[in-house]
Amino acid sequence: MAIELKMPALSPTMEEGTLAKWLVKEGDEVSAGDVLAEIETDKATMEFESIDEGTIGKILVPEGAENVAVGTVIAVMAGEGEDVSAAAPAVEEAPAAEAPAPAAEKPAAKERPADPEIPEGTNMAKLTVREALRDAMAEEMRLDERVFVMGEEVAEYQGAYKVTQGLLEEFGPKRVIDTPITEYGFAGIGAGAAMGGLRPVVEFMTFNFAMQAIDHIINSAAKTNYMSGGQMRCPVVFRGPNGAASRVAAQHSQNYGPWYAAVPGLIVIAPYDSSDAKGLLKAAIRCDDPVVFLENELVYGNSFEVAQLDDHVLPIGKARIMREGSDVTIVSYSIGVKFALEAAEELAGDGIDAEVIDLRTLRPLDTQTILESLAKTNRVVVAEEGFPVCSIASEVIAVCMEQGFDDLDAPVLRVCNEDVPLPYAANLEKLALIDTPRIVQAAKKVCYKG
Amino acid sequence: MARTPSSRSSKPKSAGTRKSPAKSAAKQADSGDNFELRSLQEAFEKDRRYKADTEELLGFYEKMLLIRRFEEKAGQLYGLGLIGGFCHLYIGQEAVAVGIQSALEEGKDSVITGYRDHGHMLAYGIDPKSIMAELTGREAGISRGKGGSMHMFSTEKAFYGGHGIVGAQVPLGAGLALAHQYREDGGLCAAYFGDGAANQGQVYETFNMASLWNLPIIFVVENNQYAMGTSVKRSSAETEFYRRGTAFRIPGMDVNGMDVLEVHQAAKVAVDHVRGGNGPVLMELNTYRYRGHSMSDPAKYRTREEVQGVREKSDPIEHAKADLQNMGVEEDKLKEIDKAIRAKVNEAADFAEKSPEPEPAELYTDVLVGDY
Repeated sequence: MAIELKMPALSPTMEEGTLAKWLVKEGDEVSAGDVLAEIETDKATMEFESIDEGTIGKILVPEGAENVAVGTVIAVMAGEGEDVSAAAPAVEEAPAAEAPAPAAEKPAAKERPADPEIPEGTNMAKLTVREALRDAMAEEMRLDERVFVMGEEVAEYQGAYKVTQGLLEEFGPKRVIDTPITEYGFAGIGAGAAMGGLRPVVEFMTFNFAMQAIDHIINSAAKTNYMSGGQMRCPVVFRGPNGAASRVAAQHSQNYGPWYAAVPGLIVIAPYDSSDAKGLLKAAIRCDDPVVFLENELVYGNSFEVAQLDDHVLPIGKARIMREGSDVTIVSYSIGVKFALEAAEELAGDGIDAEVIDLRTLRPLDTQTILESLAKTNRVVVAEEGFPVCSIASEVIAVCMEQGFDDLDAPVLRVCNEDVPLPYAANLEKLALIDTPRIVQAAKKVCYKG
Repeated sequence: MARTPSSRSSKPKSAGTRKSPAKSAAKQADSGDNFELRSLQEAFEKDRRYKADTEELLGFYEKMLLIRRFEEKAGQLYGLGLIGGFCHLYIGQEAVAVGIQSALEEGKDSVITGYRDHGHMLAYGIDPKSIMAELTGREAGISRGKGGSMHMFSTEKAFYGGHGIVGAQVPLGAGLALAHQYREDGGLCAAYFGDGAANQGQVYETFNMASLWNLPIIFVVENNQYAMGTSVKRSSAETEFYRRGTAFRIPGMDVNGMDVLEVHQAAKVAVDHVRGGNGPVLMELNTYRYRGHSMSDPAKYRTREEVQGVREKSDPIEHAKADLQNMGVEEDKLKEIDKAIRAKVNEAADFAEKSPEPEPAELYTDVLVGDY
């Protein structure tokens, strides 16, 4: 059978090209690897090699021809033992009219489960966020042999912020692994171990250092399940403190919530209190997807009540109404919730009844809880300890505008940090960071009482 | 020197970690310990070529030829616009994947590589139809058409990809090795990367931890002489990649990657060492790619004569063919093999062309495993 030589596509974007030069003529014998022609693409001049052995039959497109569409038959070749004269081009079939591509139906968002009921009479204990996180890891390590913790100073030093205190003693060096200061490397090893069937909890001393490792969090962990058609999972938890600490200046003070929440394939959790820290970290470790778990150093030492249950696990993707109210909704997460609750108290004194929502999970975002609250209060303020531009606040505002426009009685306002790298000087740092008075002011403004 | 998998700092160490003149002197004295960079190389050099019987060599030959013909066909389909995006062909490097994969234990060991991954998958016995259908972006593709040339995986065969970011597979591979050690399943990981990836910082972060933790991993540098368009000499201060583990006490092996029997022999030495609980090995396989870095690379950074020279003098398939002929295998038998492989590849191409594209609803599946 005659072999049709077609104008090749020689780059991902090439649609047509110039047949610059024929390097063979009719009747030439060619073998695999011989260069047949030079073709100019949109990028470069490429050599067009023969894949087969045979004899060049008719050359159909002369050299110098421009705008030759990819797929055009440019010559025919006779295979081994074939008659060259028989090597005529096949009659081109008329291309069928291209049917319009069917649209993909996006699956509807499903109802998210509420937090499990805490049975009456359950003992409540005051725990710091630090202890709650440690307990979550220890409980999951007791339950599942595959769970282990790795990171800088997590074992012998007992954690740079003492979150992993006591784990080495209970679980030994096989399951509590001190790493060298090498974020890119150990984030990759953690992701690889998860691909290999383990359940790693990778601690970053702070998320500022995870920027050295962000390729593995995004390209290796978040995308693999999709790229493998659901074959290869990466159930890893990357956790550590995030956001501004205190007087540590710009390189050590940044909220990465919006960065990770922008990536499909990741779960992003940023709890505020001890109960959520424990219940959501346990859920994160059990989760089959890669999780970025953002903690906050400034609340590590704060104590909150935690239900003393055998297995305190909370649903991922569900926001929590921290305070019910009817006049304005304040949406926040992580340390911002602390300021939002303080603001709500202050607003109550001024006769404004504020509802406070803690998002808890930043991806997937619980838009339903936000929109239901908006329908009730008709006013929203977003409070976020982080940069304002392309923030979680920006996303919440877009959701309110796109899906709750008719319920809005005022524009949604965002209260974030100033749009500058965090300064060191105490007075400047204070000026740059979100605080309670600014949230109060914004809430009054959307209530037209400011 | 077998070590327990749970011990994470089992390498002999001097007592302190801070440097003082006295400690440095102690450390110097310490350097005469059992670390021998060239010990594996010496073992390998005693007997460089594996003594395969005819059946075994025929098996290697068939696999290499399957990779060659498959990749040629992929190049052809790319030219026809049936394969899109980036497509990196393995032509010329066949002996590396075949020589090493054949020394691994299927079902026990894991493998990971970069984006030039079709050859490794074929060497590991993964169905050519599912690979070609992935290249054409079809539903029947091994990643259901969502990964393409650079992102293919087979958890069934412990083939962990298929990674598009240069060097990323190296720490991921060490993670797979850590999982073997953690589970005490006796397996090891072979992590392949190129001479270009060998200059990535994360590779050395990984060398350090792999050696520190005694991980069961073979680092395989496929030195095909060019990192895209930059030759090894223009990119690397140390062009002998097998030496690059020295600073981490990882023994290196320098191997002719154009001879499948030499590759297999070296791999056996490396596998024995790692399987014995002695920590990582770094193998450098000197090879050559005949085609451009990817399909859109005009390869103007080298001469045609250079490529032709390697093809004529060192082609791994011709080399194995000559060995087979010396062993008395008839020309007819080889022709028959070639014919059967061509048929298999044509069948794969036909399948890949005819399989339907993924359903539009597939756009939204596999983003997350859980339902939240």
